[in-house]
Amino acid sequence: MSLLHLAILLPFIMALFVPFLYKWFKSVHTGWFVLLLPVFLFIYFFRYINPVSSGSNTYSTVNWIPSLGIQFTAYVDGLGLLFALLITGIGALVILYSIYYLPRAKEQLHTFYVYLLLFMGAMLGIVLSDNMIVLYTFWELTSLSSFLLIGYWHTREKSRYGALKSMMITVFGGLCMLGGIILLYLVTNTFSIREMVTQAPIIMEHPYFLPAMLLFLLGAFTKSAQFPFYIWLPDAMEAPTPVSAYLHSATMVKAGIYLTARFTPVFGLAPEWFWLVTGIGIITLAWGSFHAIKQTDLKAILAFSTVSQLGLIMSLLGAGSASLHFESLDNKMFSAAVVAAIFHLINHATFKGSLFMAAGIVDHETGTRDIRKLGGLMSFMPITFTITVIGAFSMAGLPPFNGFLSKEMFFTSMLKLLEFNLFNVETWGILFPVLAWIASVFTFIYSMIIVFKTFTGKYQPEKLDKVPHEAPLGMLISPIILASLVVLFGIFPNVLSFSIIEPATASILPYLLEDGEQFHVHISHWHGWGPELYMTLGVIGLGILLYLGLAKWKLVYKLFPEKLTLNKAYDVSLRGLDKGSLKVQELYMTGFLRDYLGYIFTFVVLMTGWALFSKSAFTFETAGNAPIGIYEIVLAAVMILGAVTILFAKSRLTSIIALGSVGYGVALFFVFFRAPDLALTQLVIETISVSLFLLCFYYLPELQKREKLPFKLANFLVSLGVGTVVTLIALSANSQRVSETISSYFIENSYKEAGGKNMVNVILVDFRGFDTLFEITVLGIAALGIFAMVKLRLSKGEES
Amino acid sequence: MEVMMSIVCGILFMAATYLMLSKSLLRIIIGTGLLSHGAHLLILTMGGLKGGAAPLLGEKAKSYVDPLPQALILTAIVISFGVTAFMLVLAYRSYQELGTDNMDHMRGTDSHE
Repeated sequence: MSLLHLAILLPFIMALFVPFLYKWFKSVHTGWFVLLLPVFLFIYFFRYINPVSSGSNTYSTVNWIPSLGIQFTAYVDGLGLLFALLITGIGALVILYSIYYLPRAKEQLHTFYVYLLLFMGAMLGIVLSDNMIVLYTFWELTSLSSFLLIGYWHTREKSRYGALKSMMITVFGGLCMLGGIILLYLVTNTFSIREMVTQAPIIMEHPYFLPAMLLFLLGAFTKSAQFPFYIWLPDAMEAPTPVSAYLHSATMVKAGIYLTARFTPVFGLAPEWFWLVTGIGIITLAWGSFHAIKQTDLKAILAFSTVSQLGLIMSLLGAGSASLHFESLDNKMFSAAVVAAIFHLINHATFKGSLFMAAGIVDHETGTRDIRKLGGLMSFMPITFTITVIGAFSMAGLPPFNGFLSKEMFFTSMLKLLEFNLFNVETWGILFPVLAWIASVFTFIYSMIIVFKTFTGKYQPEKLDKVPHEAPLGMLISPIILASLVVLFGIFPNVLSFSIIEPATASILPYLLEDGEQFHVHISHWHGWGPELYMTLGVIGLGILLYLGLAKWKLVYKLFPEKLTLNKAYDVSLRGLDKGSLKVQELYMTGFLRDYLGYIFTFVVLMTGWALFSKSAFTFETAGNAPIGIYEIVLAAVMILGAVTILFAKSRLTSIIALGSVGYGVALFFVFFRAPDLALTQLVIETISVSLFLLCFYYLPELQKREKLPFKLANFLVSLGVGTVVTLIALSANSQRVSETISSYFIENSYKEAGGKNMVNVILVDFRGFDTLFEITVLGIAALGIFAMVKLRLSKGEES
Repeated sequence: MEVMMSIVCGILFMAATYLMLSKSLLRIIIGTGLLSHGAHLLILTMGGLKGGAAPLLGEKAKSYVDPLPQALILTAIVISFGVTAFMLVLAYRSYQELGTDNMDHMRGTDSHE
C-alpha cells in the first residue's frame, strides 16, 4: 500500500464521510469539504511531472487476488499522469462550480457528492491501473456512478431514460471489453498491461488477436460515444450541468480514448486497428458535427460537439498507430498524429469544460437553454459571453486559441495519411482529409451558433422565466480559469509539450524510442503557408457563408426521416426485445398444468429415446430371466385390464375400483415374487388409499358430469411414448447386468451382525435405518399437512 | 418373466401418463397412483425375479431373492401413500374452496392475474 494507492482510494474513503459532513455541518455547503480532496490530489499528481518527464515511471503493487494473478498495481507514466491531472484538476473546478450551481437548501447534496467522488476515484483507478481486471473493475464503477449522476434528478422521466440508456450501452461495451481482457489473458497469461505490451508480437500472431481487438474497441467506442454508440451522450445531458461538464466532456468519455491509446502498442500494427480507429473516428467526427447544428438546446449542441471532438481524437490515435510501421525516429510523420491527439485531448477538456459551465450559467440565470428563446444576452452577462467566445472560437479552430493549433495538427496528420503506403490507404485515404475538412466547417458553424444565437441578436424577455443578470463570482471562477488555460495553451503551447505531451507520447508509442531518447515536440503557431493553413482559411470562409445562410439550408435536416435515426432504432429494438420475450413467454407459459406436464413428458421421451438410439444402447437378452408361470400371465392380464378400465371408465367410481384392483394385483405380484412384507404393506395401504379415494369421491361428484375421458391423440402419443421408453429402458437394463448385487452381504450378515432373520426388516431398521427415519418423517409431515389443510382457515378479513 | 413385467410396467406408465394429462383433478391423482404402482413393480423387476426363497433366513434355502429392492419398495410405498393422501385432501379442499376440480379452471399465470 503506497501513497499512490491511497491517492486512488481517497475519493472512495472521502465518499464515506460525505453524508456525515452533510448532516453535521448544516450551515456550510458540503462541496467546500469535498473540494479539498481534488485540490490536494492535483498537487500530489503535479509533483509527478518532473520524474515522469525525465523518463522514470513510478509503480507499486498491492496483492489483491494473487492466486488469480490479480494485483492492484498502480502505475504512473506519461499517459496516466496526463489523465490523472485532467481528472483531479477539472474535478476541482467542477466541484467549485457545483457549490454555486446546486443550492444547499434544495438539493440532496450528500448523494451528489458521494456519486461524484465515487466517479472520481473510479476514473483515477482506470488511468492508473496496470492490471486489466482492476482496470475493468474501475471501468464498471464509472459506468455505475455515471448512471447515478445522470439520474440525479430521479423524479424526472427523461433523467431516468437517459441514465438507463447510458448504462445499457456502456455496460454492454464494458462486458465486451471484459471478454477481450480474458482473451488476451489466454494468449499472454498475464493481466498486466506492461507485460502485454512486451508480448505484442506474440499476440499479433495469435488467432485470438482479432476477436480480442474487436472486443476492446467495442468497449472503447461505447464509452467514448463513437459512432454508432454515441446515442447515449445527448440523452445524458439530463444530468446536472457540473456532471455534464465533468463526465461527459472532460473525463469519462475519454476513458475510451485512454483505452485506445493504452492498447495502441498491443494492437496498433494490425491494419484492422488502423482502419477501424481512424475510420470510425472520422465518421463520428463528421456525423456529430453535422447533427450538432440542428439542435436547439445548448447542452445538446455541446453533447454532439463532444461526440464529434472525441471522433477527432480517436481518428488521430488511429493515424498515430501508422507510425508503428516505421520504426525509426527520423520518420516523425505519423507520431505527430499522436502528439496532436494528446494536445487536442487537453484542449478539448479545457474549452468544452468552460463551454458547459457557461451553458450552465445561462441556464441558471435565464431558466432556459433553448437557443430559440435566448438572444441578446451579451450586455447582461459580459463575462459569460467572453468565456463562451473563447471556448467556442477555440473549438472552431480559430487563432490564437489552442483549438487552432490542434486543428492545424489534425489537418497535417490527415493529409500525411495520403503518403502512407500501407493497407491501401492511397485509394480510400483521400476521404480522411476531405471528411475532416467538411466536419471542421460544421464545427465552425455550430460554434458560431453557440456564441451568436445566445448572446447577440434580439433580446426576448417575454420568453424567459427570469430576468437575466451576470452569475455570482463563485460560479464564474472555474470557467474563467478554464478559459484562461485555453488562451494560455494557445499562446504558449510548449509549456505542455515537454512536461506532459512528450511522456504521454512515449507511453503510447513505447518502442519507437531508443533507451534514454525522448520525443521532441515543438508546437508552433506559424509554420509557413502549408496546405493546412489554406484548409483553415477555407473552413472559416465557407463557415461564415454557411452560418449566414443557415436559415435557408437548415431545411436539409428535415430531409432525414425521424424514423431512421439511431435513437429510434435503439428504442424500437429495446421495445421489440421486450415484446418479443413477452410473446415467447406467453407462447409456452399457458397456465395449463396439462401443457407443462406435456412438455416434461415429451422432453423425457425425446431425450431418453434419442440417447437410447443414438448410442445404440438398446439390447435384448433373456438368458438369466425367470420362467413365466400361468398365474403371472393371468395376473398381468387382470392388471392391464384394470389399467385400461380406468382409461375407459365412464364414472369415477369405476375408475377408483379399477385402481384398487391394480393395487391388489401388485400385492399379489409381491406374493408371487416372494416379498411377504411388501405384500402385507401393499394390501393395507391399497385399502386405505381406496377408501380415501372413495371419501373424496363422495365430496366431489355432484357437479361432475359422468363423462368418459375424451380421447386426445396428442396425449395418447405422449403417453404411448412414455410407456414405450420405460419398457425399452427396463429391457435394456435387465439385459446388461454390469456387476453382482450386494445382496449376498445382507444374506450373510443379517443374523450375524444384526441378529434378525427377516432380511427386509433388518435392512429397514438396521443397515439402512436412516431411510426409515425420514420416511417416518414424511408420513408425519403429510399427517400434519393434512390436519393443517383441513383445520386451518384464514378468515375472510385476513385473506390477501 | 422380466420381459413380461417390463411390458406390464410400460403399460402402467402409459395409462398413468394419459390420466395425468387429463383435466380432472381426481383422474390426475389416480394417474399418480398408477405411476407409483408401475415404479414399484419396475424396481422389483430390475432386482431380478424368482431368484430363490423369500428373504427370511428361517427358510434355510440355498438362495434368496434380493432383499434390497424390497426394502427400497417398502419405503417408496409408504412415501407414495403419504403423498397420495396429502394430494387427495388437497383436491378435496380445493374443491371446497374453488368449487371445481377441472384443472382448466384452476389455470393462472402472472399475465392473467
